[in-house]
Amino acid sequence: MIKFTDVYKIYQMGDTAVHALDGVSFEISDGEFVAIVGQSGSGKSTAMNIIGCLDVPTSGTYELAGVDVSTMDDDQQAVIRNKMLGFIFQQYNLIPTLNVLENVELPLLYGGMPASERRSRAMKALDMVGLSSKYRNRPNQLSGGQQQRVSIARALAGNPGVILADEPTGALDSRTGREVLSFLQQLNAAGHTIVLITHDNSIAVRAQRIIRLQDGRIIYDGDAHDPRAVVQPTESGAEEPAGFGEEDEA
Amino acid sequence: MSFSQSFRLAVKSLATSKMRALLTMLGIIIGVAAVIIIISLGDGMNDMINSEFEKMGTNLLQVQIMGRGTAQNIGEEEMYALEDENPDCIAAMSPSVSSVATVKQGSETLSTTLTGVGEEYIAVKSLELSQGRFIQYIDTARMQDVCVIGSYVNEESFNGAGLGETLSINGNEYTIVGVLAEQADNTSYGGDNSVYIPYTNATRLNGNAVISQYLFTATSEDTNARAKAVIESRLEQFYGDDDYYMVISMSEMMDMMGNIQGTVMTVLVAIAAISLLVGGIGIMNIMLVSVTERTREIGIRKSLGAKGKDIRRQFIIEAGTTSVLGGIIGIVLGVSLAAVAGNIVGITAKASLSAILISTGVSLAVGVIFGYLPANKAAKLNPIDALRYE
Repeated sequence: MIKFTDVYKIYQMGDTAVHALDGVSFEISDGEFVAIVGQSGSGKSTAMNIIGCLDVPTSGTYELAGVDVSTMDDDQQAVIRNKMLGFIFQQYNLIPTLNVLENVELPLLYGGMPASERRSRAMKALDMVGLSSKYRNRPNQLSGGQQQRVSIARALAGNPGVILADEPTGALDSRTGREVLSFLQQLNAAGHTIVLITHDNSIAVRAQRIIRLQDGRIIYDGDAHDPRAVVQPTESGAEEPAGFGEEDEA
Repeated sequence: MSFSQSFRLAVKSLATSKMRALLTMLGIIIGVAAVIIIISLGDGMNDMINSEFEKMGTNLLQVQIMGRGTAQNIGEEEMYALEDENPDCIAAMSPSVSSVATVKQGSETLSTTLTGVGEEYIAVKSLELSQGRFIQYIDTARMQDVCVIGSYVNEESFNGAGLGETLSINGNEYTIVGVLAEQADNTSYGGDNSVYIPYTNATRLNGNAVISQYLFTATSEDTNARAKAVIESRLEQFYGDDDYYMVISMSEMMDMMGNIQGTVMTVLVAIAAISLLVGGIGIMNIMLVSVTERTREIGIRKSLGAKGKDIRRQFIIEAGTTSVLGGIIGIVLGVSLAAVAGNIVGITAKASLSAILISTGVSLAVGVIFGYLPANKAAKLNPIDALRYE
């Protein structure tokens, strides 16, 4: 379970304080498939960094599986990332000098798993994404879709409770993008909690629930199939006053 | 993550850029090779000097009489008395009188060294006879015209059959009563090109000048210092001033040479070690570049649960592996170059195990110390910024 309680993230840019997250509260239960949607500058990346234990809130609390992780130090956060979270990035973020298997093994390696077990777990994860035959290839020998599947296998290998996907289809053509999304749906059906970060409504609607952020605040939180969930009031221009879109939507 | 895994990762990342790894190692390679060469040649030289000293006899004491003009000087009788009075520390004694007289074989003038000696000279200098006899007491007492020749003179002037022949020294016919065994390398400038006559004859040839050199041997290494003291006190008693004589102990000379050589070696090794330092800075430089280049990789690793210390260890091991590998190449290079150089100068170069172990240790230390700064920089990278780094 992911629980944000009145989370603020404030960056000091020169003299002005930028509220990347401006009092955000929500709960994501185990087994949910949630899309966090927003335009650039909406605070969705900041939210994802905090959910991913890569950053800590300025104030407010973030509980993951009942544990307050918002005040942990770097090493404790590293352990949380290793055991409880799996990341899927837009740019795949595979290490080019390691082969596919070694890439998938990395989280297990940092988790201190013995070599033989590590290998069999990683091969099993590769099997799930249908790439076990390519385990000795370098990432650059694979297509974009295949690389993203390797990164999914890497996220799965440690069997984390939560999978965080940050624009997972952003670098893919629409067909392979759909493949990746149906993969995420399968994982969700298998019981994984999926948090999908995107700016794209057509992708967000593949989730069960949408949390829409704008200027650091939640402007919609509910069923993904509700027509209001996909209304993007300020899509035409980022310069529009912040309050305008909210009023329009309401 | 275990050490062996970190080590494997480090080797892998070195293998991906071999040229750069080699260039990074170059400073360490040169530094270690230089240290090994200097130490090997230095040790070899030390051995050579020691064996030369030992050939001369480490128990040898050389007494040099500078004299005091026309006033009376100490004579050989007193020196012989000194030997007789101190049998516990002095084993043998002989005057050694260099003479510049002309030595001729037939009409041919020999270019050789002519030395007037006592009967114990053969023992003092540890010489060996191959034929005949050495100068004896009776020869010196009666100033007999006899001589002993070195192996080189025997070979060159008499075709190896010098015994019983004669040499003309300042016009007097000297009978060759003995031939010495080869002691150096049988060349014209070695100890084998020499002619020995009774010291009394040599003194006369020199116009009855004062005997200016006596050679003593102590009974053993332990009595060396005592023998020296006995001789010095006798000379002090005679002259009352140590400006008129000098007693040189070979073992003291050897120690002195050893000290000088040790100092020279230390300075040379220190200079060579500077290149190790430069090599370390080279490693630091390349590691800093490598950390910047791999910022994204570091971000990925951190997002997957690598702790700061995992990242730090990876880079320190990488730096340490680089420098130890450089050190090993340097050792191999140093040992072989030292052997080649030793051959050229005529020294047996020997790389001591301690020199090799120390260089390995030092290169490891250099890598770890200079790798720490870049590794720490990598460990402290913020994962978000690192992931976003292009």
